[in-house]
Amino acid sequence: MTNRQIRDFKEKSMKSLFFIGGVGTIFVLILICLFLFTETLNFFKTYDFIEFVTGFEWKPGTNPAQYGLLPLLAGTLIVTGGAIILAVPIGILSAIYIAESSGPKTAEILKSSVEFLAGIPSVVLGFFGLIILVPAIQSAFDLTTGQTALTGSVILAIMALPTIISISEDAISAVPAPLKQGSFALGANRWQTIYKVIIPAAFSGISAAIILGIGRAVGETMAVMMVTGNMAIIPGSELFLSSVRTITATIALEMGETAKGTEHYYALFAVGAVLFILTLGINLVADAVKKKQRAGV
Amino acid sequence: MTFENKDLSGKRNPAPKKESQKTTCQKNSFQKSTCQKNAFQKTAYRKRQDFFQKAAFLAMKLSIISVILILLLIVGDIFIKGYSAITWEFLTEMPSNQMTEGGILPCIIGTVELVALSLLVAVPLGIIAAVYLTEYAADGKIKNCIEQAVNNLAGTPSVIFGLFGMALFIKYIGLPMSLLTASLTMGLLIMPAIIRTTQEALLSVPKEYREASHALGVTKWETIRRAVLPSAFSGMITGIIISVGRAAGETAPILFTGAVYYYPRLPDSVFSPFMALSYHLYVMATESMNIELTRSLQYGTAFVLLAIVFVMNLAAVGVRKYYKMKFKPN
Repeated sequence: MTNRQIRDFKEKSMKSLFFIGGVGTIFVLILICLFLFTETLNFFKTYDFIEFVTGFEWKPGTNPAQYGLLPLLAGTLIVTGGAIILAVPIGILSAIYIAESSGPKTAEILKSSVEFLAGIPSVVLGFFGLIILVPAIQSAFDLTTGQTALTGSVILAIMALPTIISISEDAISAVPAPLKQGSFALGANRWQTIYKVIIPAAFSGISAAIILGIGRAVGETMAVMMVTGNMAIIPGSELFLSSVRTITATIALEMGETAKGTEHYYALFAVGAVLFILTLGINLVADAVKKKQRAGV
Repeated sequence: MTFENKDLSGKRNPAPKKESQKTTCQKNSFQKSTCQKNAFQKTAYRKRQDFFQKAAFLAMKLSIISVILILLLIVGDIFIKGYSAITWEFLTEMPSNQMTEGGILPCIIGTVELVALSLLVAVPLGIIAAVYLTEYAADGKIKNCIEQAVNNLAGTPSVIFGLFGMALFIKYIGLPMSLLTASLTMGLLIMPAIIRTTQEALLSVPKEYREASHALGVTKWETIRRAVLPSAFSGMITGIIISVGRAAGETAPILFTGAVYYYPRLPDSVFSPFMALSYHLYVMATESMNIELTRSLQYGTAFVLLAIVFVMNLAAVGVRKYYKMKFKPN
């Protein structure tokens, strides 16, 4: 072979290697779907689908065992909802502050702090919540236990904050300067410029940030599991002050003690599939919203 | 909205002054109607807007301060209470007396091995995928699909990766619950983040580098290897370092793929189960023999875990700064 042929061969083989690596990511995603859904199908061979989706009881220990999705879904939704109510205003206001009214040096420090907050492992946050927040909430609301949906919401809000702050900060910083200058030239003050010009211009980016924050909160496992009390019941009138069990916590708590191939094992995969579909949907929506931003500006 | 604009035009061109009784100006009446009366005194409208502005900025400051305070509270609590638990024995001894005494050596070793092995999985795969996306793939369906897949993988909850790892590596392939299976699972989990940061780093390499290299007759792969990858190195390293922190801290993916409650030996091969800091902290804080008694051990474990993550974050910041200084354009 001539030098040239060797070189061409090398080029071609590198090209195919990179192609395989790139397509490999799709393959991994497909593989995850495949395993999740085949195990889920195994579950519906022995358990009625309607009973799963509309069941009010999650009792794997009783005979016959009951695998009702609703209490777990309710747990996830209530904890996530609370977290978003707490995190969205604080997150967006912080993002605006970092992007618009702090100097470049302060902004750098604040951004690094947010990154640090994002880096705290969820199990450490859960530990902190368990030791500091749980007793605090117990005494503040005079409860028998401080392990409530509210506790989970606060911890999840802390986890969702960095996502919301950094993505909306990016979107706000990306608003073209001429838009702002035009607004100032018309005599608008800084706040008027922010809420009449900048926020509308960065709206899709901020929405994407919120949606991704929701995604992060829905999928969080360890921290939630450590502070919410894990009672698989649909919260009654106490709502945020009752103990709940999320989808993620159920999987993490029960999978370790379940023999592979049993109905319980497959049931946990079915619950996992629901979680996967939920986060997949959230991701797709966030993606679509972000694309809108790119097309708009 | 438009006061200052008109005041300005009024000052510049005061001749065609017409007395207007308007106290508020309409948006489109920019020609003649000057608001002379209000030139040097604030209108009620302006005052109200200034008040809103002050309130809004106060709210912003309170928000960012609360975020910083939360960070300081968590970090402070764990560092202060954890620091007193750190002794040489704590770091270098096996847990003893049903994990109510002793150290966390096997957890530290386990976590280090887990991180190293999962990087071994994720870094090559991630870099290859990122290079394909930025350097080879043409805009089109395949590129779109891959980017979509990476996005979705990045957004998939870690506990799902745990389920997947267990189903694939343990149930179907038949590997034992071990360091290997946990690392493979963790590797897949951190891969999307590495792809993204590498992609960003590659995109920030100026086009001219590639064009100059091509102009010299260098082939594509050689260009990537000699011109593009070295210039993107700092960005790639930053991403990898942050992934180290992530892999050390994640617990859910290793729960049912290899981490065990108690294994007071150092793992002798990749096929043995292992103890990890993150799982150890969870177990000690929720299920240990005497939760109150072992509080200081728990704080010590949390301290070590948090310290690893923080050192990694600081290192990432350092690398970024170092390369910025080194390659500062003159």
